Amino acid sequence: MVNEIVDGFVQAFWLIVNLDPEVIEITLRSLEISLAATIFGALVALPLGGFIHFHEFRGKRILVNIIQTLYALPTVIAGLFLFLFISRAGPFGFLGLLFTPGGMVIAQFILILPILIGLTISALSTIDRDTRLTVTSLGASSSQSVFTIMQEARFAIFAAVILGFGRAISEVGAAMMIGGNIRGATRVLTTAITLETSIGNFSLSIALGIILLGVAVIVNLILNVAQQR
Amino acid sequence: MIETEKLGKQYSYKEIISDVTFRVEEGEMFGLIGPSGAGKSTLLRLLDLLEEQTEGSLSLLGEPVTRNPTERLKLRLRMAMLLQKPVVFNTSVEGNIALGLKFRKVGKAETAQKVHDALDAIGLTGYGTRKAITLSGGEAQRVALARAMVTEPEILYLDEPTANLDPPSTEKIEQLVVRMNKELGTTVILSTHDLLQGQRLAKRIGVLMNGKLLQTETTRKIFHQPQSTQIARFVGMDNLIDGKVIATDREEVTIATGNVEIHALSSYPVETKVTALFRGEDVTIDLYPRSTTSARNLLHGTIEKLVPVGPFEHVLIDCGVLIIALVTIRSVEDLGLAPGKEVWVSFKATAVHVIAQNS
Repeated sequence: MVNEIVDGFVQAFWLIVNLDPEVIEITLRSLEISLAATIFGALVALPLGGFIHFHEFRGKRILVNIIQTLYALPTVIAGLFLFLFISRAGPFGFLGLLFTPGGMVIAQFILILPILIGLTISALSTIDRDTRLTVTSLGASSSQSVFTIMQEARFAIFAAVILGFGRAISEVGAAMMIGGNIRGATRVLTTAITLETSIGNFSLSIALGIILLGVAVIVNLILNVAQQR
Repeated sequence: MIETEKLGKQYSYKEIISDVTFRVEEGEMFGLIGPSGAGKSTLLRLLDLLEEQTEGSLSLLGEPVTRNPTERLKLRLRMAMLLQKPVVFNTSVEGNIALGLKFRKVGKAETAQKVHDALDAIGLTGYGTRKAITLSGGEAQRVALARAMVTEPEILYLDEPTANLDPPSTEKIEQLVVRMNKELGTTVILSTHDLLQGQRLAKRIGVLMNGKLLQTETTRKIFHQPQSTQIARFVGMDNLIDGKVIATDREEVTIATGNVEIHALSSYPVETKVTALFRGEDVTIDLYPRSTTSARNLLHGTIEKLVPVGPFEHVLIDCGVLIIALVTIRSVEDLGLAPGKEVWVSFKATAVHVIAQNS
């Protein structure tokens, strides 16, 4: 077994160095899907988080609690719900999204939306009262005021987005259920690792694992640089 | 210019200020003094339209203030406020100063010119591209003032603007504010718990205590003729002596307190229970009774103790009633003042302010 691991690492090394077409393809697809999910998620979550933060309404606290609870939404449950909606017999079956990258983008979008909204709200709450008063006092209209305060919280909001991306690219449950791990179509890093491990192809698994970790390291570096600014 | 009528603010059943009625004229520099927690900040937030009052009404710049957000924003655009804690945004110094102009959609060239001039005025030329969050507290507060200045407000509110600053920064801020008031005619309302600052800057002062505006007067009157013992204590009246009017003679009354009589100018009738108020600096100490003094009050007593206050000393003298005098350390040395020493104290009847008790 130890030999197999060592062997796996050696082969993984060559797969990466030689830019193995299948490894490249899977990596790129993973990045594409998760980036798309993150961008769409941010486009929805930032304004929504801002709206929730800047408005007082009944049930606000409960809503924020629910959002925070959903940080831990199990990926397979997100996958299951979406599956029921977009499977051929489901209400959105006619869109033909099941087992497509588009479906996976939606799955990851749903999965990370609570984190993005919740952490946007948290980021905005770190802006103190004096800063908000100063913005208002300087004569900001309500939209100018929201924009200025979001800008002031930009690093924390950026961190939220990066965290969302991290959750998207590393999850396997929803990607498997909605994507189906179809080679050349919906196979991504996490689903490929699951499959290759189950059929004993450890070297490819390890190579993909190293790449996935590499992505995580890069994401973390970006986050650190951003927060030090 | 600024006029309030029974203005009040309650937060979830806790009353912060109530029944505040006062007026500030155009171009005036008005001081708002009171202890911490008296409601000064709340009042300024109401005046800057950052919060809505729960009672009463106000009018600003000749217009009655309504609840309509558009109208409130319009008025807010003609005013500015500086908070106690220096607030700078996480961007360049220039970006900070330009923020209010950005909200007003002022053009780039004009903004650049104004920011440049403002940096000069606050003594931070060349700091434009620095990150504002790296500035010291004093520098940050100057940037915050510049940010308010460039919008050319007609009214400027200052909420304890120098409470956390070192003396040089305080002086710089005060200079700038005085210049705005004198040269641009900006109406200024300054809140402070620093009495000397209030005295230095304001011509007229309102005393806010426990959410109520107790007295609004010229600065001189606030310090010399406070309306109540509460205000007297706050403005540093050293001597508050309770007694009873025993005789009147035209404008003068004689007040008996223990076996001592104090002469003062007042019109309270005989038998009125009063408090005689006078400042320590109005009390003169001599080693022998002066023959040439015009002071109506001359008392003999023994020094109890001396308490240093900056370059001065409080001398506590038992004259049958405790009299506190404020003298320079130099005089203390020249006269050889020390506990146990017998001295003569004198003060003018005009220096004594008399108020009826329970007022």
